[in-house]
Amino acid sequence: MLKLEDIWMQVESENGENREILRGINLEFNTGKLYGITGPNGGGKTSLAKVIMGIYKHTKGRIFLNGEDISHLSITERAQRGIGYGFQQPPRFKGLTIGDMLAIAAPDADPKRRRLQLRAVGLCPEDYLDRDLGPGLSGGEMKRIEMAQLLLRDCKVSIFDEPEAGVDLWTIQKLIALIEGGYKHNPDKVAIIISHNENILPICDEIIVLEDGMVTDRGTANQVWHLIRDDIECKVRTRCQGDLEYEIDQY
Amino acid sequence: MKLTNIDMNMLQAVTDLKKVPDGAVNIRLNGEAVVRSSSPNIEIRSRTDGRPGFEVEVKAGTRGEKVHVPVLVTQDAYKEKVYNTFIINEDAEVEIIAGCGIHNSCGADSQHDGIHTIIVKENARMRYVEKHYGEGSGSGKRVLNPHTEVIMEKGASAEMEMVQIEGVDDTRRTTVAHVGEKANLKIIERLLTQGQQEAESDIEIVIAGQYGNAQILSRSVAQQKSQQVFRAALIGKTACTGHVECDSIIMGQARIQSIPQLDAEDAEAVLTHEAAIGKIAGEQLIKLMSMGLTEQEAIDLIIEGFLR
Repeated sequence: MLKLEDIWMQVESENGENREILRGINLEFNTGKLYGITGPNGGGKTSLAKVIMGIYKHTKGRIFLNGEDISHLSITERAQRGIGYGFQQPPRFKGLTIGDMLAIAAPDADPKRRRLQLRAVGLCPEDYLDRDLGPGLSGGEMKRIEMAQLLLRDCKVSIFDEPEAGVDLWTIQKLIALIEGGYKHNPDKVAIIISHNENILPICDEIIVLEDGMVTDRGTANQVWHLIRDDIECKVRTRCQGDLEYEIDQY
Repeated sequence: MKLTNIDMNMLQAVTDLKKVPDGAVNIRLNGEAVVRSSSPNIEIRSRTDGRPGFEVEVKAGTRGEKVHVPVLVTQDAYKEKVYNTFIINEDAEVEIIAGCGIHNSCGADSQHDGIHTIIVKENARMRYVEKHYGEGSGSGKRVLNPHTEVIMEKGASAEMEMVQIEGVDDTRRTTVAHVGEKANLKIIERLLTQGQQEAESDIEIVIAGQYGNAQILSRSVAQQKSQQVFRAALIGKTACTGHVECDSIIMGQARIQSIPQLDAEDAEAVLTHEAAIGKIAGEQLIKLMSMGLTEQEAIDLIIEGFLR
């Protein structure tokens, strides 16, 4: 369904030097499967998601959706072809309501379906549909609304960027069930979940570890999870040790 | 008198009405009250001082009634200054739907200056909605200059929503208010300017009565080469609360000046303000585009929501 072929992305850093954010990513995502992308902060996970959505421009490589090269398509065109992205930190809008946002997500959907979708993410439609998508909502509420609109869109490729961020434990279980129910074994859809969550990653058929802009590991949760944990713990220990030595030297 | 299609379109634009409503109504068309009717609780009468305009008086204790007083200017190059007075008596509750539509299809300017005095008496409640709209193919300007004075007596409450939808080339808005003891006034202004249009709004509220409260909430969008100046002053003379919030989206080569002013004359006065001018946030555009909207559709939607 979705194929990434040798994707590179370069940005200019603050000191004017070019830095590679993504370095030769080759991945294929097939329908009916849930894919997890994990790895340390700054590894390139969100950048990769935004490259797929067309928000960031990659500097080299090609992206195919059902065989069509979509590398040069705009964000809008990619969305219209069925790619959806649930933002890690969804933006707020003054004057637009949650009901407006759900109507944009699925303009032809029965209003009843919009209400059900909102209820499915744990928000009561009577209390939320007319509320402004502004500063009055908490981060967790924003995140749940983001999930609701992405699920409502029925995208061929749905990318969930840290769906657990800011969401309470009870709701995370609901979100997991929704993603599993909507995508696992669905012959028309694929879901890509960027996450660090111990409850979310095990539902994925395949986990891809991104580190320093490269795929460093991939496999099932059982195959990969302990590797990630050990590897990250090892790095944290090394870095902490380094900081400690530096502080002692300074002292 | 029968209203033409142009008249009816403008009536709908400024009042959302598709036909002349029942009850208290005064429709002024090119300087003449073409429709006027009072209701048992709301009287609309000619002025006694000889000036053009009317007086509206709402009986004490009236509940949940509306009065429609739109002004339509469709005659080319027509200019007028009109004086209207509204008296909302004690304990009454009323909604006033005003507004002005101006159609100009010639090379000379058309102009309506509405001078309003609104007295909201003890414990009365008022909601006032005023929409301004301009249309027509002429190069002459469509000019609307409202001057509104509001007097709020003890315990009175008012919400005033003043909106300029589109098509008004030049506007100078002046609003002055006097808020009495335990009275509550909220002014909401929403303004859209495009092309070479200019808009200037001056709001000054004096909170003179103890525990009075006033809020000024302004949202505006300036597009292309249009210009806006917004001045909002809150003067707290006693123990009171007040808040000014000015929020603007600037686009193209437009210019916006936003000047909030707080003046506390009593140590128990609590006055606050927030002001922000900025372009549409890139992340908002990207979010909507990632849902399948084009960039222009996303811009239009953000503006529509912002000014709603």
